Amino acid sequence: MRTLTARFAGYAILVFFSLVFLYPFVIQIATSFKTEADASANPLSPIPHPFTTDSMTRIFDGTDFPTWLGNSILVTVIVTAARVLFSAMAGYALSRLRFPGRRALFAAMIGLMAVPGVVLLIPKFLVLNQLGLYNSYAGLIVPILADAAGVFIMKQFFDSVPVSVEEAARIDGAGIFRTFWSVVLPTARPALITLTILSFQGSWNDFGHSLVAVQDPALFTLPRGLADLVSGSLGAGNQYPLKLGAALLATIPVAIIFMIFQRYFVRDANDGADKG
Amino acid sequence: MADSKRTSTRSNERLAGWLFIAPVVAVLGLFLVVPILMALWVSFTDWNGQGSPFQSGVPFAGLDNYTGLFAHDGLVRQNFMTSIRNNAYYVIVVVPLQTVLALGLALVVNNRMLKGKGFFRTAFYFPSVTSSVAISVVFLFMFANTGAINEILGFFGVSGPQWFADPRGVLHLALDAVGIVDVNAPPAALSGHGLLGLSWWDWTSGPSVAMCAIIALVVWTTSGTFMLMFLAALQNIPTQLDEAGLIDGATRWQRLRFVTLPQLRPTMFLVLTLGLIGTWQVFDQIYVMSKGNPAKTTLTPAYLSYSTAFRDFDYGSGAAISFVLFLIIVSLTLLQRRALRERP
Repeated sequence: MRTLTARFAGYAILVFFSLVFLYPFVIQIATSFKTEADASANPLSPIPHPFTTDSMTRIFDGTDFPTWLGNSILVTVIVTAARVLFSAMAGYALSRLRFPGRRALFAAMIGLMAVPGVVLLIPKFLVLNQLGLYNSYAGLIVPILADAAGVFIMKQFFDSVPVSVEEAARIDGAGIFRTFWSVVLPTARPALITLTILSFQGSWNDFGHSLVAVQDPALFTLPRGLADLVSGSLGAGNQYPLKLGAALLATIPVAIIFMIFQRYFVRDANDGADKG
Repeated sequence: MADSKRTSTRSNERLAGWLFIAPVVAVLGLFLVVPILMALWVSFTDWNGQGSPFQSGVPFAGLDNYTGLFAHDGLVRQNFMTSIRNNAYYVIVVVPLQTVLALGLALVVNNRMLKGKGFFRTAFYFPSVTSSVAISVVFLFMFANTGAINEILGFFGVSGPQWFADPRGVLHLALDAVGIVDVNAPPAALSGHGLLGLSWWDWTSGPSVAMCAIIALVVWTTSGTFMLMFLAALQNIPTQLDEAGLIDGATRWQRLRFVTLPQLRPTMFLVLTLGLIGTWQVFDQIYVMSKGNPAKTTLTPAYLSYSTAFRDFDYGSGAAISFVLFLIIVSLTLLQRRALRERP
């Protein structure tokens, strides 16, 4: 009897918090298909009444959303590909190759991981401004092509797998580059997938860098464009259905990746616990 | 012959090592290390954003931008101290709340009797992976005057506040509610005296009502990540320990207090310090939801440094604020790394 009560209480707590954590998304989806009057009269209702796709139409016809979407895809694809490749190369070098300066470079990576992103807003603007890259695609993309955390993850991964296979390949006469490309990378698949997901999520959601790298609306990524929408570039009214709809569309890609590759996300959070 | 082959492998390896790491070094050097040095220089000048900060006409300010934050009475110090106060209250509320919530959820999800763990874990974790900007938009709507939160409060007969227009501090409101002070006529002992440009009355405000909405959002988004860390740690605790406690006749609460929690100490420490480090960096949510308003009660050092530089074109002062914030966060990080190293 007691265990039954305990079990019931356990489920009650879990269901309550599931509602707390998921219902905002239900509100978001529902509001995207509501009229403005309905949205402010029934903010909690999960069912639009009447149902309208008016906001969705206006997101594509009346705002720069398509441009932001295009920019976000461009930035995310390039940044993800580069981060995965560069991190794998650097992690491999730090873990396996003996060259002068290796220890110092690894220490530097650990140090750079501790640099908080928000204090870099002004510094990044300064260097982009100085190099004439401010307000350009290059300025939006190049500074975030590498990250120290990715290098760290790959180094830890290579440290944890035995060298025997590569050594066999090397003894067979394959050069370092060929060994890396055709022997090392294929065996590093799990770490590469984790890194791909992390980089995708990181660059898709990134706001701070685009805030200080560009000011031309034609170069905005989705988070930057959304922030701009909320700041009142829409003109009259609250237009919550439109804003929530745009935010919803911006969330969908990460949500899909999350559903498919959930175990990699979970693993990452736990790796964080290990590395400290 | 064998010797020369080994030597050439060695020098190959050296070259390859540098080539492999070159892209990362170039990007991080040029867009992380160099910018920090540039900003350090700018923090000693009064550069206004025109031209290059290195040209000859830029006025050198020495330490003025730093002393202005601490020593000189004026708007700059008042804004900075207000932002420190706001962020400190934010940290004091967010860190314990998210830690307790994360631990509580992990303990319930980890319960062996319950099914559907995977679903609940996913549900609690999902908010953490979404865009901070997109989710801020949703919470802006939920905390609107006629939004979902006020409708829920209405069910309980509470008429909700105008969240993002309400600068009143909750500590003041609480003291007012029990009749200790009157918000409209603050005691002269507090409002007449002060420290570092803010009156004691201002220092003791607690987070504003507007800040509470942002606190709710952040606790909601971060708890899931920390729950996963607790969950991983819980799963590493040998079940024999708990069973031994059970055989010894320990109650549920005793087992939690004397068996489980001591085992979670390292994770607890990690979650607390990651929380401390993260909460001093709050920026995106402030930018989207409040821009430091109302009455500067959601102003944080990160947002203040941004707005000082990019809105007031006072890059020197903005950079100085960044470096002070940098020091705060780095000292917390060092504290964490040191303690983690010492752990057995």
